Amino acid sequence: MKGHAESAAPFVANEPRAHWHDESLWFVRVKRDRQAATVPEWEDLRSTASAIKAHTLSRLADYLEEFERNATANGIHVHWARDGAEHNAIVLKILNDHGVKRLVKSKSMLTEECHLNPYLEAHGIEVTDTDLGERIVQMRKEPPSHIVLPAIHLKKEDIGELFHIQLGTEKGASDPKYLTEAARGHLRERFLGAQAGLTGVNFAIASTGGVVVCTNEGNADMGTSLPPIHIASMGVEKIVPRPRDLAIFLRLLARSATGQPVTTYTSHFHGPLPGGEMHVVIVDNGRARILGEEAFRRSLSCIRCGACMNTCPVYRRSGGYSYGYTVPGPIGSILGPQRDPAAYGSLPFASSLCGSCTDVCPVKIDLHHELLAFRQELAKKGYLPWQKRFSMWVMGQVLARKWAFLLGGRLMRTLMPLLPRALVYGPWNPWGKQRELPPMPRESFRDLLKKEPR
Amino acid sequence: MPKVGLFIPCYVDQLYPQVGLSTLRVLRGLGLDIEFPEEQTCCGQPMANSGCGEDARPLAEKFLRIFARYDHVVAPSGSCVSMVRNHYEQWLAGKPGFEHLRDNTFELCEYLVDVAKVTRVDGDFARKVGLHMSCHGLRELRMASSSERMVAPFNKVKVLLEQLRGIQLVDLKRPDECCGFGGTFAVAEEAVSCLMGQDRIRDHEQAGAEVIAGFDMSCLMHLEGLLTRDKKPMQVLHVAQILEHARLS
Ligand code: SF4
Repeated sequence: MKGHAESAAPFVANEPRAHWHDESLWFVRVKRDRQAATVPEWEDLRSTASAIKAHTLSRLADYLEEFERNATANGIHVHWARDGAEHNAIVLKILNDHGVKRLVKSKSMLTEECHLNPYLEAHGIEVTDTDLGERIVQMRKEPPSHIVLPAIHLKKEDIGELFHIQLGTEKGASDPKYLTEAARGHLRERFLGAQAGLTGVNFAIASTGGVVVCTNEGNADMGTSLPPIHIASMGVEKIVPRPRDLAIFLRLLARSATGQPVTTYTSHFHGPLPGGEMHVVIVDNGRARILGEEAFRRSLSCIRCGACMNTCPVYRRSGGYSYGYTVPGPIGSILGPQRDPAAYGSLPFASSLCGSCTDVCPVKIDLHHELLAFRQELAKKGYLPWQKRFSMWVMGQVLARKWAFLLGGRLMRTLMPLLPRALVYGPWNPWGKQRELPPMPRESFRDLLKKEPR
Repeated sequence: MPKVGLFIPCYVDQLYPQVGLSTLRVLRGLGLDIEFPEEQTCCGQPMANSGCGEDARPLAEKFLRIFARYDHVVAPSGSCVSMVRNHYEQWLAGKPGFEHLRDNTFELCEYLVDVAKVTRVDGDFARKVGLHMSCHGLRELRMASSSERMVAPFNKVKVLLEQLRGIQLVDLKRPDECCGFGGTFAVAEEAVSCLMGQDRIRDHEQAGAEVIAGFDMSCLMHLEGLLTRDKKPMQVLHVAQILEHARLS
């Protein structure tokens, strides 16, 4: 699999577009700052959220069982899935049992992670993602490029072109209002024709056995109030102990995600529609393993707000697809390689370790420290390319010996200015592709120090 | 009087000797007893940040051997100081003198403000200056409030610089965006790194800066590399170089 730098190359090469992407996300980051600043107790909220998550994760099994008990008492069918394949099979069985052929979905990164759509489609079920951005990328047969803003990589002109082909809108139309109306009409048909609705879960409440879904378009509500069957897919880490915990998380989530005080629709589901059925599928898919890793456990606290992506200077300039994993950006660069270090081993290095993600994260995950720790982890497990290991070994050996360090420095400073430019700035010198090397001084600091009066 | 060990990062020693000298002069100007232990080389950051922690371990051990005997250690680099303060633990926990070293290693500006308690800076610097807040000093050493956190704003570099006569600190659109250096990141992710650097420069340009000032020569090396290649007139200066000719008290 291609590394991050390689996958990012075409995105970065289109500089105007990369700038536009950067500005769009920065705009969201600024909106977030403004909203966060209106909450005087913001930092306290973050600490509390982080503590609640840490506590919950420390007793995860207990809270999940409590949830199952209470949900079952509410008339909800609870299913457990060890991995994506089990999750998909459970969903398919529920649909088949009821002869469902048309499913509407509201946004769920978990089903992306499990590759549910292609699986269901292969089994003859028509799946419609109903979040506008998700529907757009679904039509383009692409995965989302951001967990909150799935089509952020597309300009309105791109969408106009897509809708012209798919929905028969006027050619060249790019007015967002016109395009949204067209999408609405199209989605309305799908909602009306659906036999079941599937949603993600933002929070599952142990003490009440209900789930909470947050959207801005109301599509989760449409998808669950028309058809009689509601399937909610949730990762094990979505559990919170009590309803009052929502007071913390809901204030943090919308502000961090899009800079809104609260999501437009925050819907609580505590049982099936009259005469209908509600199913919750609780999925592990590698999460228990992460829970066992002391250094990375906190990454499970993630509430998927996307703030770390919006703020990440690398994500903003390389786009979601450069990560090659369902969840991109800083948090994805921790979750991806946990799942498959061979495939996603370059992601922890796709960071300047600036730490902006850590400071923006509403649940205080120490993202940049986990990225750094993961680099060590990859090295220990032998996933670093030998060239890197070798050059770092050499560097360590040289720097550990003063004479070697001084000799190396002197050689560099004396020889570099003598070499022909073509030799120094060849393709083997990535630093010099767009940058000059620093000017080489004749004397080092310690040489100069000898002449410095005391 | 405290005995201060001066740590000059490897690449500053070899490539930016003037910055080392300015640091020394600023500290001596305060009447401090400064020593540069000759045995020093590097804090080990390049290896550690590449995942090759075991190659950095001997350097951390060496650093402890060399610097443990000083009351304070001061370096003109937020990122190397963060290495000692926040990352040496993994190799040095429990070793005699480590806790003292960790708690007494400071970045220059931080040292001037927090330990030497400098309150007055008397000098001239009549230029338009954009301050580049390098990430490690900002978010690992908390030398200033970062724009992500909702805390009362403060900036330990600015309080020093803004006292200089004639200085005009310009306002950036993104006050603490990363410049894209990031150590080996600058090479491994060359394209993204350079785009980040270009954007950083453009922000200083639109603000009208003549000088980009910073406290980490590595970020400035990256920005300077871009400026020189593009033949742009903007200059980069380490804060130590700016403060060198001022009287601190
Ligand atoms: S890691 Fe933090 S900032 Fe990133 S998506 Fe998760 S909760 Fe949001």
